[in-house]
Amino acid sequence: MSQLHGIVTVAHTSTYAFECITPETDEPDSSPMKRYSAFAIAREAFSGHKNWDRAWRKAQPKKRYDVVIVGAGGHGLATAYYLGKNFGITNVAVIEKGWLGGGNTGRNTTIIRSNYLQDPSAAIYEKARSLYETMSQDLNYNVMFSPRGVMMLAQTEHEVRGYLRTAHANALQGVETRFITPREVKEIVPIINLAGPRYPVLGALWQERAGSARHDAVAWGYARACSAMGIDIIQQCAVTGVLQEAGRVTGVQTTKGDISCEKLGIVVAGHSGDLANMAGFRLPLESVPLQALVSEPIKPIMNCVVMANTVHGYMSQSDKGEMVIGGGTDGYNGFTQRGSFHHVEETVRALIETFPMLSRLKMLRQWGGIVDVTGDRSPILSKTPLEGCFINSGWGTGGFKAIPGSGWGFAELMAKGHSPLTEEFSMSRFREGKFIDESVAAGVAH
Amino acid sequence: MLTFECPCCGAHADETELHAGGEAHIKRFGPGASDDDFEGYLFTRENPKGVHFERWRHVNGCGKWFHAARCTMTMEVFGTYPAQTFQPPKDLLDKITEKRPGWSWRDLS
Repeated sequence: MSQLHGIVTVAHTSTYAFECITPETDEPDSSPMKRYSAFAIAREAFSGHKNWDRAWRKAQPKKRYDVVIVGAGGHGLATAYYLGKNFGITNVAVIEKGWLGGGNTGRNTTIIRSNYLQDPSAAIYEKARSLYETMSQDLNYNVMFSPRGVMMLAQTEHEVRGYLRTAHANALQGVETRFITPREVKEIVPIINLAGPRYPVLGALWQERAGSARHDAVAWGYARACSAMGIDIIQQCAVTGVLQEAGRVTGVQTTKGDISCEKLGIVVAGHSGDLANMAGFRLPLESVPLQALVSEPIKPIMNCVVMANTVHGYMSQSDKGEMVIGGGTDGYNGFTQRGSFHHVEETVRALIETFPMLSRLKMLRQWGGIVDVTGDRSPILSKTPLEGCFINSGWGTGGFKAIPGSGWGFAELMAKGHSPLTEEFSMSRFREGKFIDESVAAGVAH
Repeated sequence: MLTFECPCCGAHADETELHAGGEAHIKRFGPGASDDDFEGYLFTRENPKGVHFERWRHVNGCGKWFHAARCTMTMEVFGTYPAQTFQPPKDLLDKITEKRPGWSWRDLS
């Protein structure tokens, strides 16, 4: 298994997901979920691995749920999981118009870090990172969390000052990062060219316990754990309208019929504007394609994640050996899931300056995901003008790393109406001028 | 490849020759605007799947700003028109209706 992504893995995801929603019988499987273990592998080997249970139940929508979550990506599934685990709310449906984990969850570059400048960001991203540390054990599902270290290169004097400031802020926030010298950079990443020519490496912000994880497994692991708690995951079911009465949400119209609910959580990334429209409010965000690409697989040459924000590119090596490269967003709204071609050239041209060996590699695949970007480049986890309706959106170019923290905080917000993790991320912060200005960290590259 | 015809100089410009300037026809109310209006002006944006009206600048060409109508799902450009206007020309709206029956954008349709 690779921790990657892209078209090939997404195709694999779809096969896997479709298998799960087209069983021979429509009878819901009510047998308890069996734990994954070394013993289970041995046991299943006796029948040629043909009798593994489905990872999650097929579910048909009931008429009514306490909570309906729209969007079965990482954030939606994590929300459902923590609603069940932390608050005992399991009469929950997660509705997905396509297949589970088939949007940005299956399209990102799998980077996990929490070296943010502002306190609210550091809190939620560090919560997420710490949950990733034990996620495989918690979910009984191997998400291949690999804390291999994330390095953010400082290639101008301004960046040096910025990252020194971030390192100090992180120390106060309890996030373990430090500023390292060019010599240490070269020791960790021997393939790097420190000298420039345009942008010499002057140091880097280094977070040792940051890294990556297998993105599909995060979605699948949450889905399996949700299903085991009795939460229904309903795929291929598009929401077509939001039902309301006297300013309160009462349910959703879907392609599989109306479903009523007490509370509604909208967790649909690039499609947030559409859903907000149905619910009757507007959002301060726009959707743009963000793209990534991978090279042919090569032998291990780089064992951490490197981000170069000045030249704008970031890179890691997958377990399969491909160099995974994150590119830029288009400068205009779009829903094409591919992005502009010239960004590929810009990204690769920039990275070749810092990693000359890349010039010999062939690029295999390129793809895009639709990211929803807010005015201050920070997410929205908030109540909405429609009572009982909550929205989790605006993660922009960096949502994967936040999945567990976002689910944790959003579940608390939905269950209790208040969460210390999400308080600052209210959609009213724009009107109040209380921005969480992460333009240094979030506006450029994740 | 995304190309627009610049209504100022007539050049068919590829997107690398242009700079995207965001949503078109945003109205600033005031003085004495309500909080709602001011928040809307600063932050709230149309985010349509389909017909969208935008500002673009022919930055590596004649340097002029202009307006464009484009589909965000297919990248089809319906047409461009000069910046010195508060709303799209009628013939462009008719052309969009022909191609996307039932479309709407803010109070246009």
